[in-house]
Order: sequence, then C-alpha cells, then structure tokens
Amino acid sequence: MANVKITRLEKHYAGVPAVRGIDLEIADGEFTVLVGPSGCGKSTLLRTIAGLEDIDAGTIEIGGAVVNEMRPRDRDVAMVFQDYALYPHMTVHGNISLSLKARNTPRPEIEQRVQRAAAMLGIANLLQRYPRQLSGGQRQRVAIGRAIVRNPRLFLFDEPLSNLDAQLRDEMRSEIKRLHQELGTTMIYVTHDQIEAMTLADRIVLLKDGLVEQAGSPLDLYERPATRFVAGFLGSPKMNFIPGQLVVNGSAAVRFADGATLALPDRRSVPAEWSGRAVTFGIRPQHFGRDPSALSGQAARVSAQVELLQPTGSRAFITFPFGGAPVMAELASHDVQGPGERIDLYMDMSRAILIDPESGRVI
Amino acid sequence: MAVVQAPPLPRRRRSARRNPGLDALRIAFLAGFLLFVLLPLYWVIITSIKPTSDYLVVPPVWFPSEPTIVHYTAALFSYRGLQALVNSLIISSASTVLSTVFGTMMAYSLARFNTGGQHLAFWVLSQRFLPPVAVILPIFLLFRSWKLYDTHVGLILAYTFMTLPLTVWMMYAYFRQLPKSLEEAALVDGLSRWQTLWKIAVPLAAPGIVAAAVFAFIAVWTEFFFALILTSRHAFTLPTVFRAFLGFQGAQYGEACALATTSLVPSLILGMLVQRHLVRGLTLGAIRG
Repeated sequence: MANVKITRLEKHYAGVPAVRGIDLEIADGEFTVLVGPSGCGKSTLLRTIAGLEDIDAGTIEIGGAVVNEMRPRDRDVAMVFQDYALYPHMTVHGNISLSLKARNTPRPEIEQRVQRAAAMLGIANLLQRYPRQLSGGQRQRVAIGRAIVRNPRLFLFDEPLSNLDAQLRDEMRSEIKRLHQELGTTMIYVTHDQIEAMTLADRIVLLKDGLVEQAGSPLDLYERPATRFVAGFLGSPKMNFIPGQLVVNGSAAVRFADGATLALPDRRSVPAEWSGRAVTFGIRPQHFGRDPSALSGQAARVSAQVELLQPTGSRAFITFPFGGAPVMAELASHDVQGPGERIDLYMDMSRAILIDPESGRVI
Repeated sequence: MAVVQAPPLPRRRRSARRNPGLDALRIAFLAGFLLFVLLPLYWVIITSIKPTSDYLVVPPVWFPSEPTIVHYTAALFSYRGLQALVNSLIISSASTVLSTVFGTMMAYSLARFNTGGQHLAFWVLSQRFLPPVAVILPIFLLFRSWKLYDTHVGLILAYTFMTLPLTVWMMYAYFRQLPKSLEEAALVDGLSRWQTLWKIAVPLAAPGIVAAAVFAFIAVWTEFFFALILTSRHAFTLPTVFRAFLGFQGAQYGEACALATTSLVPSLILGMLVQRHLVRGLTLGAIRG
C-alpha cells in the first residue's frame, strides 16, 4: 500500500518530449486511470513509475520515498502488460511464482500464495498449462495473477484489455474493479478507452501532449470539463461543438452561422461587453430529448430534420443539421422513425458549455 | 440453454486438388536432388572400404566384394587421424562454447542497450569482410612470441574470434525479435538484468543460439587455413591431415575417404541432436506466448 507523488516529471526520447513536466499525486488505495490519445505520454508515465524508463527531470515518490534511481525490482510494484508478457517457456504456475522465487520466498508459502491468487482469478485448474495453451482471457488472468501474488504496494496496468474482444473486455473490466475493491491496493491504469476510464476510475487523469489536461473524478470530468479537449474526449458519442457568437441584449444568447439563436439559461451571467465574442457551443448527444419535462434544466426547442439514423437497439443516434454544423442526438429508439423525418427536440441548456475557441478553455 | 453446434465441414484432402502431372514432376525433381546430394556421399563411404584395386576401375564397383578396414587403420593411426580427430573435437567444442557464450552476451547487449550506438553492430560483422590471408601473418607472429603456436589454446582463441562475428549477428537478429515486454515483466517481477538474460531471454532465444552454435561448430570443424598455418605436429586438426593424402606417390583415395567418413560422424550426431532447434532457429520462428 502506498501513495505516489510525481513532481515535474520530464522524459524525452532522443530529444522528443514524451512527458513535459507532470505533477500528480495519487492517494493510497486510489484507482487512478491515465487516459488520453496515443502519444500523449500515458504509457511513458506508467513505465517511469515502474522504473522501466529513466527520467530526465523531476522526482517520483512511492510511499514517501524517492525512487528515481531505484531498480524496478526494488520498487515493489507489479505491472500487467498489454501483450500479457507471459513467459512462454514456463507453466502458469511458473509464471505466477517467479516473482516469489526471485525474492527467495519459502516453498510452502509460494505454494499457498500461488493457490490463493489462482483461486481468486478462477485459474486454479490451469496451473500446469503453458501460456500457448490458454485463451486470451485466461492469459490476461494469469498476467493479473502474476501481479497480485506478491502483494505489491502498487499495481500498474498498461492497456491490459486492448487485446481482448469486446465481451471479454467487459468481463475483465468488472474483474479488475472487483479486485481493486477486494485488495484495496493503489492502482494506476493506462488506457485510451474512455469507457474503461469512466467505469474503473476513482480518479481520471486525462493527458494530452505530455501534460495533464485535467484530473478529477470521472463525473467531474464528464460534467465539468475544463477544456474542449476533455469535453470531446470523454463521452460517446462525442459532444457536439457548434461555432457561434455571443449576443448579450438584456439576456444572453448564442447566435449560430445559419441565424438560429439559443437563449442561455438565466443563471448564467454573461457580462455585456462579451457581446459579439466568438464562442464554441458544446452539447452532448445525451442532453437532447423529445419531452422537455424530462430534461433537468431549461429546455430549448430545436426543429430537427433527421439526416442519418443509427439505431443501437435501446437507443438511436440521429444526425441533423443545426447552426451550420451536423449535430448528433441520442434518443429512445421509438422517438424517431427514419431519415427525412422532421421532429421537435429539446436541448437541456443547463448542460451546455461555452468554449473560448482561441484557448480551447471552457468559459 | 444447450447450444447446438454445426458439425465441422468435411476437410477436403489437399492432394485431391493437385495436378497429378505436377506431382510426378515434383517427385522426379526431389529424386534427382537426392541423388545429387547422396551419391557423392555414398561414393566416399564406399571408397573407404574398397580394396585399392577397385578405386578407378571401369565399370565402377558399386559395392566391393571384399570390404576392408585397412584404410581406416592407416588413416587413423599411420597418418595420425585419430589424434587429429581428438584435437578437432576439443578445439571445435571449446571455441563453439566460447563463441556462443560471449556471442550471446554481446548480442544481447547490442539488441537491448544499443551498445556502441549504430556502428558497433556493423563493425562486428565487418570483421568477416577481412580475408583470413590478411590477418594470418600477424596472428602467426603474435602466436609465436606468446607461445601459442601449435597449441590447442591458440587455435581455440583464433577460432573464437573468427566465429564470433557470425554468432553475434545471428543472435542479435534473434534477440531483437523477442518482445521486450517479457524481460520488462521479469525486471518488475524482481529479477536482476543477469537473471533476466539467463532465465528469460536465453531460453526464449534457444533456437537462435543453437543455430548459431551449430554454424560456429561447422565453420571450425571444416576450417583449413588457420589450422594449417598455426599448427604443426601437436595441435593439428582433421582438415590438415588430408594434405598428407596427396603425395608424390599419388592420391591415397581410400585413406582420404576413410578419414572423411570419420569426420562426418560428429557433425552428423550434432545435426541429429539439435535438428528440432535448428529448424526453428533458422526460420527465426516467432515465440508468441
């Protein structure tokens, strides 16, 4: 059990910065997900914590001690790799027990701990098999078993589910969440999948270009994104962004390229001198509905000409032109019949965000 | 709920789709190739047990009516073939082991730490570009002053240096295609770099290492030039003995063939022992878990 503190961490690859000064504190027992597009530095950050990469500047502390110069084996962390990294020439038992053997654990204790870890993951019957005889899901369980068997003070997961098919991924995701609840150990989990991030994390750290874009609880980031990047990254389908212009004339409104105007909620105080300022209006597809009383806040009516309909079974995604841009809305499947239809929709204005198009920050 | 599975589709026999004419051609080609490879070998073995009078007669004798082992006793004892065989075994094995051990370490270092930047790896290979003739005189002079001339140790050292570039390069290629994450997992699991090398990387690279070792062994086993210059009466190896069979009295075909047959045996045994590894090593088979 340990907390992790990262201060002004930098890492370059042959002069190209991968991590550009990250500050991060992870509390003891917290499940932190590092998420971001590829190349954002999330894996590099994880690997520096594991000690697999040297760092160029800054400090990494695990459990209060600086580990910058410490070898991976002395950091007492366990890591699960994307390609499982099971030793192909060893049985499942050999794979799981290697770390204990390397630390000269007495044989009876090795046996006991391997059995316990295997039982926890439901792989007790596979101990004598070789990795090549296992399915993808089983391999992933073995990789996790290898990590939990030694009770490390910190778990690191590097995109552990990205090689699994969708169904297994859901299953293993629940498994990892359950493990965290049972073990209570600090976990740092890297993924590019925002659904994994939302479902697993106590706290999400969203990275972009080697810097922390925003960190906070999943709902925090989802509901109160600090930047356009965060707003667009989390949530599926993506948030709609429509360029427009602020109009302040007693009350505030946004006017769009095609002349449509949306009044902003009254509680939103917009200074009069902002009138005429360009903004990007952001609204999630989920914040549309056909019934204005079902929306949480002030609703704005929109007339939508359905261009595209994508049913998913329980829900349907429709695309329609609004404010000079294609906009996507998520409705119940029976709310809409087919493309070409004109329907009235209501937009939950209390959930809409305004973004400064220059800085990309949410106003 | 029970899931009803469709019965597997009947697998079509591959040969049924083949063109019989093509098959005949294939067999004819293979037979011809087999003959091309095996006939000389057969001729060598059979000549080694022929009486001297049967060597060059027309029509050729395909199997001698009175096989003899006199050529073997002559080659092994009169021409000191047995001592050469022992020398060759010692020198080839020792230099193969040295070359493999050092080659493994160097290849690993090049593959994982990029030791020496981008040039060292090529520099190692470039040692093979140097014709042996260019270095033999300096080596000869050095060996004489270091008292390594005509010693086992001297020849072992020379052969280790000769085979290292090739073994390093073969294993370098092999180590590079091993996924790094296996070793990283081992490092995080608590192994040191050395333990990671010997417990993870080497077992996984075994096919490549075996292939490199076999190449090194064969190269040394058949090497003539270094052995000729660097030895005389003491540490001489099998290939140098063959020189003696071409004398002013003519060629000693029987003795030469007897020694050739003898010298085949260790290579053959080695080949059979490592065959399984060798094929995997030469094809650089992936080792996905």
